[in-house]
Amino acid sequence: MLLAEVVGSTAAIGYGLAAIGPGIGVGLVFSAYIQSTARQPESSRLTLPYVWIGFAVIEALALLGIAFGFIWQGPL
Amino acid sequence: MIGQSTVLAAEFPPSVEDFYLPSILPWGAHDTYWFTKITFLVWLTVAAIIIFFLVSYRKPELVPTKKQWLAESIYGFVRNNISVEMIGPRGVAFAPYLTTLFCFILLNNLWGIVPLVQISPNSHIAFPAVLAVISYVLFIYVGIRHHGGAVKYFKAALIPPAPWFILPLLIPIEFFSNFMVRPFSLAVRLFANMFAGHMLLLVFTLGGFAMISANVWFTPFALVSWAMTIALTLLELLVIVLQAYVFTVLTASYVQGALADEH
Repeated sequence: MLLAEVVGSTAAIGYGLAAIGPGIGVGLVFSAYIQSTARQPESSRLTLPYVWIGFAVIEALALLGIAFGFIWQGPL
Repeated sequence: MIGQSTVLAAEFPPSVEDFYLPSILPWGAHDTYWFTKITFLVWLTVAAIIIFFLVSYRKPELVPTKKQWLAESIYGFVRNNISVEMIGPRGVAFAPYLTTLFCFILLNNLWGIVPLVQISPNSHIAFPAVLAVISYVLFIYVGIRHHGGAVKYFKAALIPPAPWFILPLLIPIEFFSNFMVRPFSLAVRLFANMFAGHMLLLVFTLGGFAMISANVWFTPFALVSWAMTIALTLLELLVIVLQAYVFTVLTASYVQGALADEH
């Protein structure tokens, strides 16, 4: 017998969980950049390319979440 | 009123089907068509890039004209800040390809926010996939040529400096991350950014219409939804430029890894 039932799209729940990690990750990247620039402002120009590379690589995982959400959708 | 509202609400929520555009040639066909808006946009991009760079360098002068300055700035940006910074002095040889790659991806992405066009060819996986395959073949070829043989290149690329007993664990990891994940992630990063950006704009735009057609008193919320669309379009502009930059920078970084003498 059913005690409780959750209906709806688990792909939506899945994406919500999948967005936690990249959210923290992107926060870490920018926090590191801000702190390092605060300690040594001259280094900001040197580290800026790595900020964008890091952001995009981490964001790729969040976007994989969106894309796979559609692929693994299951019956609608 | 009922007739109008059912038409406006028909497409909410947006789905993958919204990315399949109707065929233009042959007109109205449903399978095996070859010319759609996407094809036309890619041709436009290629034509624009070729014509722009050809025309702005037709009569180069020492004190550059505005168009020549723009073309030189784009090339200079990619050459100095991407090629030479990532690869070093040898990066100048790769600058033409990287500039073409950057301009192609940027212009293709930009179609996603141009009014009346608003779909980017890079939201179909085919175009980022081919670009990623080209970058993949490029860095492997450069590595093989630099190290003087496929065996030497793969030995240099796959064997990290580590104690011998961990190598059986590390070598599959290195193989997977260098030769399997790299092209896949290059393609999917660009594709998913354009796909998700387009979906986001669709959600807010169609959501406004859906709200109005659900209940006419929701109109203020629909206006807020459309204002969010405008804000998201500006964010999408940032994402567009960033994704073009990151694709190019990562390609340059992979080439640099293939050219490195020590691991």
